[in-house]
Amino acid sequence: MNAPNPSGWRPSIGIDSSEEIAVKTASGDRGLALEESLIFELGATGKCGVDFDPPSAEPLPGLAKFLRAAPLDLPGLTEPETVRHYTRLSRQNYAIDLGPFPLGSCTMKHNPRLNEKVARMPGFGDIHPLQPRRTVSGAYEAIAQLADWLLALTGMASIALSPKAGAHGELCGLLCIRAALEARGDPREVVLVPESAHGTNPATAAFAGYRVENIPATPEGRVDLAALKARLGPDVAGVMITNPNTCGLFEPDMKIISQVVHEAGGFVYCDGANFNAIVGRVRPGDLGIDAMHINLHKTFSTPHGGGGPGSGPVVLSVALAPFAPLPMVRRDATGVARLIEESDATGTGHDSFGRMAAFHGQMGMFTRALTYILSHGADGLRQVAEDAVLNANYVLRSLEDVLDAPFAASGPCMHEALFSDFGLAEGFSTIDIAKGLIDEGFHPMTVYFPLVVHGAMLVEPTETESKAGLDRFIASLRSLAERGRAGDEALKSAPHFAPRRRLDETQAARKPVLVWKAEG
Amino acid sequence: MSRYFTKEHEWIEVAGDIGTVGISDYAQGQLGDITFVELPAVGAEFKQGDAAAVVDSVKAASDIYVPVAGSITEINAALEDQPELVNTAPDAGGWLFRVKLADAGELSGLMDETAYKAYVAEL
Repeated sequence: MNAPNPSGWRPSIGIDSSEEIAVKTASGDRGLALEESLIFELGATGKCGVDFDPPSAEPLPGLAKFLRAAPLDLPGLTEPETVRHYTRLSRQNYAIDLGPFPLGSCTMKHNPRLNEKVARMPGFGDIHPLQPRRTVSGAYEAIAQLADWLLALTGMASIALSPKAGAHGELCGLLCIRAALEARGDPREVVLVPESAHGTNPATAAFAGYRVENIPATPEGRVDLAALKARLGPDVAGVMITNPNTCGLFEPDMKIISQVVHEAGGFVYCDGANFNAIVGRVRPGDLGIDAMHINLHKTFSTPHGGGGPGSGPVVLSVALAPFAPLPMVRRDATGVARLIEESDATGTGHDSFGRMAAFHGQMGMFTRALTYILSHGADGLRQVAEDAVLNANYVLRSLEDVLDAPFAASGPCMHEALFSDFGLAEGFSTIDIAKGLIDEGFHPMTVYFPLVVHGAMLVEPTETESKAGLDRFIASLRSLAERGRAGDEALKSAPHFAPRRRLDETQAARKPVLVWKAEG
Repeated sequence: MSRYFTKEHEWIEVAGDIGTVGISDYAQGQLGDITFVELPAVGAEFKQGDAAAVVDSVKAASDIYVPVAGSITEINAALEDQPELVNTAPDAGGWLFRVKLADAGELSGLMDETAYKAYVAEL
C-alpha cells in the first residue's frame, strides 16, 4: 500500500502480548486501543444531557392512568459523552472502509462516495412518499431509469421495485408464482430447492405456504439434473435455484432446468444474490428464469446495514409480470414515468397480488444504485463481473495447495472461492482459520456454509480489491492454513489482537444474556 | 434390545414396540457443540423419514428424521436445560424422543451397528 521508508526505520507498532501483561493502565485503555463501557454503566440515571422544561405537575386530562409508576432508569449522558461512546465503539469494529471484507455470498464491495453525494441531493434526499406527485416527477424518472437498466441487464419483462431486501424479494417472486398458478386454477404445493441454494430459499418457500423438498448436489457441486427431472410433477409449483450457486459455480444446465420445469407446468425462481459474477455477461432472462431478485446492496454497491437499508427489486418474466405488487412506477405511452397506486384504466396492476410495502421502495438505495450503474456504464458493469470472477479464481488457485478446494476440479469458479477444513491438524477447524484472520487484520470469510462442504470457507474478494491487496490477503490465509496444518496451538486461542479474545460461542448460544442488569 | 442406525445418523433402540431415538456419536462430533434441541409434541404422528426434531449447533440447524413410522410417546425433557447431553452422552442420556412403532417391519431397512460403523468409515 505504502512505499517502503527509504531509511528503513519505522516505529514498532502493535501490542506485544508479553508487554500487555507487564504494562497496566489505570483506565483500561491502551493508547489508541480504547476500552469502552456499556452505555448503562456510563450515565447516571436521573441525569439529563438536554435542557428540558420541568414537567408540569398535573398530567393532561384523561392521561393520568398512563403515568409511569416506576422510574425509567435510562442512562443520562451529555451530547459529547454520547458521541464519544458510539465513536469509541465504532473504532472497535471492522468495516469495508478499513479493509477487505471477504464474506462469501455477501458481495461486500466498496460503496463509492459518489453514490452518497447523489443520494443526498435535496431532490432525492429530502422528499417524502406522501408529497404531491407533481413535485417528485424527477424521483419517478430516476426509479424508471433504474428499472430500465435492471431490465436491460437481466433481459426480463417487468420489475417490482418495492421489496426491501433479498429475502423480501424472494417472497415477492414466490407470491407472483403463487398468484400465477392460482389464476390458472392450478394451485400447487411443493417448491424444490437444491442443496447448493441459499439458506433463505427454503425459508421463503415455506413462508409462502409451500412444502420444501431438497434436490441433491452432484459430486461436482452442481444441481443434480436427473434427480430434479425425476421429482418434477403436477404438484411442483417451482424451483428456487441460486446461480451462480453457493459452491461458487455456474449452473451450465440452467436452460435445460428451466425448460423441464416449464414443461412440468412450474416456474423457475433464481436467487440473484450472486448476480455480481455475471452482470453484463449473462442475462438471466435468456436462461428461462421467471423471477429473480437483485440485491442492490450487493451487486450495485449500496451499503450493507449501517449506511442504509437493503433493497431487493425483483425482475419478472412475461408470465409473471401481470402479478407484480403495487405500487409501481411505469412509463406511460409518452415515456413519462408515473406512479401507479391502484390498477389503472389500461389494466396495469389489475392482477397484482397486493402490496409488499406501503410505498414504492428504498429511494435512497435506488439513487445510489442508479449512480453506480451510470458511473460505470455497460462496459464498466461487464468489467465488474470479469474482475470479480478473476479475483476469486486468483484466490482459489493461489491457495489450493495449502487449503482443500473441493470443487477445484470442476473448472473455474465464479466470484467466490470455496475451501474446506480437510487437511488441517486434528482438533483444528474452520473456526480457527476464521479467528486467525481477525488477528491478520481481515474480516473472516463466510464459514460453515454451504452445508454440502465440510467446514466450508467461502471467500468472495469482489472486484474492489487490487492485486496487491489480494496478495496480502492470500499471504495471510496461506500462513493461517500452514499453522492450522501444523497444529499451532496459538491459533486455537485466536484472536489475540482484537478488542476481545475468543468468545465462548457455545455458551452464548446455550445461555444467552440478552438484557443488562445492574449488579446487586 | 437391539439398536439400528439410519444413513442420516439417527439411532433407534427398540424394546417391545417402543423405540428410543437419538443421534450417533459421529453425528454429534460433526455438528459440534449442540446449543438447542427442538422436540416434537407427545402424541404427534410421523411417517418413516419425516423430520420430527431439530438440533441446533454452533455450526448449523439440522433436522432429525424418524427412523420408523409411529407416534411420539415421550420426549427427553432434560435436553431443554442441558442440550449438551447430546454431545456428552449421545448413545444414552442424550436420547431425543421415544416412538411407538407403527410397523416394526420398517426396521429391516436400517443398518445394524456393524454396518453403520462400516458406513461411517467410508465417509
